[in-house]
Amino acid sequence: MRLTYPPNVKIVKVPCTGRVDIIHMLKAFENGADGVFVAGCLEGECHFLKGNLRAKKRVAQTKALLDECGIGGDRIAMYNLSSAQGQRFAEISREMTEKVRQLGPNPARKGRAKAA
Amino acid sequence: MIVANRKPFEEIVELVKAYKSILLLGCNECVTVCAAGGAKEVAVLASELRMHREKEGQPIEVKEHVLERNCDPEYVVSLAPIIGDAEAILSMACGCGIQFVGEHYRQMRVLPAVNTTFDGVAEEQGVWAERCLGCGNCILDKTLGVCPVTRCAKSLFNGPCGGSHGGKCEVSDETPCGWQLIVDRYKEMNMLDKYMEIQPLKNWSTSRDGGPRKRVREDLKL
Ligand code: SF4
Ligand code: SF4
Repeated sequence: MRLTYPPNVKIVKVPCTGRVDIIHMLKAFENGADGVFVAGCLEGECHFLKGNLRAKKRVAQTKALLDECGIGGDRIAMYNLSSAQGQRFAEISREMTEKVRQLGPNPARKGRAKAA
Repeated sequence: MIVANRKPFEEIVELVKAYKSILLLGCNECVTVCAAGGAKEVAVLASELRMHREKEGQPIEVKEHVLERNCDPEYVVSLAPIIGDAEAILSMACGCGIQFVGEHYRQMRVLPAVNTTFDGVAEEQGVWAERCLGCGNCILDKTLGVCPVTRCAKSLFNGPCGGSHGGKCEVSDETPCGWQLIVDRYKEMNMLDKYMEIQPLKNWSTSRDGGPRKRVREDLKL
């Protein structure tokens, strides 16, 4: 499949979304990401049983943290799809990119405040 | 363990408003286990503070450090070189640790990032509950392991008040009545006759009523 998805999407590979901790998502924002989405396997199909369900809770918690520190919880989302759904991945990437574009740049990007 | 709870973010922001560089200090003991002020919580709060201040156009440098214990001088003295040019210390240790660090670095403002709440247990993953108020004269033998000082909202010693209903405390339906728990224990152990023993007035001078307490073991002193 030669599917295209927006070139600004950077992929960070993890063995399972259960590995994704709150601090990893916050660091992405601290380092300037405008948005983050966590792509986990379909619910009920985690190889490690609960990895994606744990990730779901952590994404929810990160959303709350991003809201309280003023970055905005809308900039993060969790999606569930299987590794066979390349088409869906491209679609989500476009969807998320569009959403983040509407939200504008990450307000905490270093030096941004000074430049403005 | 000592259980604490992180303060609301806005309150913390206000505490460090005047500073451009702080040391965010955690503790590897109780507050790590109750997920309030260990390395993970330090990293998360540091990241939130940096982003928030960057957004406000007033960047802050947040140095992260976690001491093995904040309540023991041997660890607290090791902080000296780490403080560096930080203008203040924001601590996620319990109230004991926050005070003790302040006692050692008298020129520093040491600010609390958590509310220290109680001595308790982890009832399940992610749930902590109070068990002991440190009254200084334990009577758990008499109540078969359920503390009336702590688990009865009124710290009653001879049975429940009139507010006990359906096993719950009148303070909240979420809270089991401490005396119901004790009576259940008597029944469970076939020792209901113990319930008939009248407890004399408790001498609270071993508790907080006697002022701050101190314990000394001469044989251990250097
Ligand atoms: S009786 Fe006193 S020491 Fe014993 S558990 Fe209760 S509060 Fe703690
Ligand atoms: S209802 Fe039970 S726990 Fe609550 S104050 Fe009364 S005796 Fe104590």
